[in-house]
Amino acid sequence: MSVILEIQDLLVQRGRRAVLEIEHLAIEENEVLAVIGPNGAGKSTLLLALSCLVKPERGQVSFRGQPISSWGDLAYRRRIGLVLQDPLLMDTSVFNNVAAGLRFRGLPRPLVTERVNTWLERLGIASLARRRAHSLSGGEAQRASLARALALDPDVLLLDEPFSALDAPTRASLLEDFQALIKSTAITTVFVTHDLDEALLLGSRVAVLLDGRLAQIGSPAEVFNAPLDAEVAHFVGVETVIPGKVTESNNGLVTIEAGNFYLEAVSEVPPGHVVYLCLRPEDITLWLDGEVPISSARNRLNGQVVKVTPQGPLARVVLDCGFLLVALVTRSSAAEMRLRPGREVAASFKASAGHVITH
Amino acid sequence: MGLIWQGLWQAIVLLFNGDPEIWRIALFSLLVSGTATAISLGIGLPLGTGLALGQFPSRRFWISLVNTGMALPPVVVGLVVSIFLWRSGPLGDLRWMYTPTAMIIAQTIIAAPVVTGLALSGLQQLDPRLRLQLLGLGASRWQMVWALWREARLPLLAAVMAGFGAVISEVGASMMVGGNLRYHTRVLTTAIVTETSKGEFATALALSAILLLLAYLVNLALTWLQQRGARQ
Repeated sequence: MSVILEIQDLLVQRGRRAVLEIEHLAIEENEVLAVIGPNGAGKSTLLLALSCLVKPERGQVSFRGQPISSWGDLAYRRRIGLVLQDPLLMDTSVFNNVAAGLRFRGLPRPLVTERVNTWLERLGIASLARRRAHSLSGGEAQRASLARALALDPDVLLLDEPFSALDAPTRASLLEDFQALIKSTAITTVFVTHDLDEALLLGSRVAVLLDGRLAQIGSPAEVFNAPLDAEVAHFVGVETVIPGKVTESNNGLVTIEAGNFYLEAVSEVPPGHVVYLCLRPEDITLWLDGEVPISSARNRLNGQVVKVTPQGPLARVVLDCGFLLVALVTRSSAAEMRLRPGREVAASFKASAGHVITH
Repeated sequence: MGLIWQGLWQAIVLLFNGDPEIWRIALFSLLVSGTATAISLGIGLPLGTGLALGQFPSRRFWISLVNTGMALPPVVVGLVVSIFLWRSGPLGDLRWMYTPTAMIIAQTIIAAPVVTGLALSGLQQLDPRLRLQLLGLGASRWQMVWALWREARLPLLAAVMAGFGAVISEVGASMMVGGNLRYHTRVLTTAIVTETSKGEFATALALSAILLLLAYLVNLALTWLQQRGARQ
């Protein structure tokens, strides 16, 4: 696949503070890049930089191999479609809103009408064409906003948290439709989100932005299961990060000394290295003390429940094993096991479940 | 109270009898104030837009200057314009003193800060990200500005109404630079002052009623436009 957008040595400052600093980022044609990160990480600034709407202190953004400066800002922006966080519809009809970008480009009226009607239909809001945009519900407005950008037939679609302001059912419905749309159109898409599930669902690649820098980029599996450092691990939901030291290494299986425990994990890190062992909560199995069967899980720990927090149908259980271990169990399991602060339990996890990061 | 009714009756008689002088004064008032408002819009809208959307170090200073200008006393404006246009003044050779041109200049100076300040305020109320969104959809700078003006059309129309209201009702500047010359520079407000000073209270009231009617009709038209925009 060819590179359609490329960032080189980009620095964006606000006052004297660097809000975005990226050495290199290449976005391939037809890919869906999900950019995740906490609030203030620079995600929106990245989108504005890709849209040529913020002036960097240094560096450049290239489109199809040429710097944007050689395309001209306006000519470049007429090759992309930007959707900001809130729908930001104008005080006119839905039809006129969706037609706005097409009219900016001076397209003939019949073509504008055809494109607008097509995309209103595809986003399921054709019946709302004559409605005043400000009278739409949140979900309808976001569909109109997406239709407005997609009607432009852009080379690149840039979306800033397009689903964040929606309630859960509306969000689910729109996500499903949007996923189908980007699959069928194969538009190169860069979308920003702080929702990890959205990134997993939509992204062919995930980029993690932390404090304005690109901390990791890779497939969803790479980023979520093999975070590069503790910061990324923490952000992508790896809730247990155990510091330790590799004491043994044998055929791709290492032993890590972590406090009073010796834990095993799959890794090639040689002995003597200080490491972090990262565990996702869903990879931890809990047992009532004394009931741990013989199994393939090579790591077994005893601990005491510190906290149990319901999370929908699940329960997040924090154990004190000498270090904090976070497990995710079903609420019915938590009820059956009578998990509550102070309860003594055993925890186990496979060597293959842990991800080792060198310090 | 009888005087008021007498004045109102006289207003109806004056208007419907087609008193040519009254009609002339009324239309002349509309012409001067309308022209001044239009010029103020031509100055105030771009200036207000620049102040609303621009980012430059002295921006706050210019905004406070505009806000101060909204409270300019008309008679002070008249005095300053007179100083420039007197025969002995720097622009005396233009011979604009005591002409409709001088009145339009004075009224423009009064209305421009009002239009600028309200345009600025109207545009600042728009979501600041809308500008970025429009540019991100491929709008040129001018297309973006036009779209923002359309978006702020209700407060912008209010700015026009306020500007017109400020000048159709002022008397100080018109008197000083126009001279209230009969058949030449007399407007409704200066005519009211003249009739009052002659003791012709009924006529003064009649002219006041006409002035109010005129102001009401113009604002009715603008309000209709504004609310039609709100309903669309």
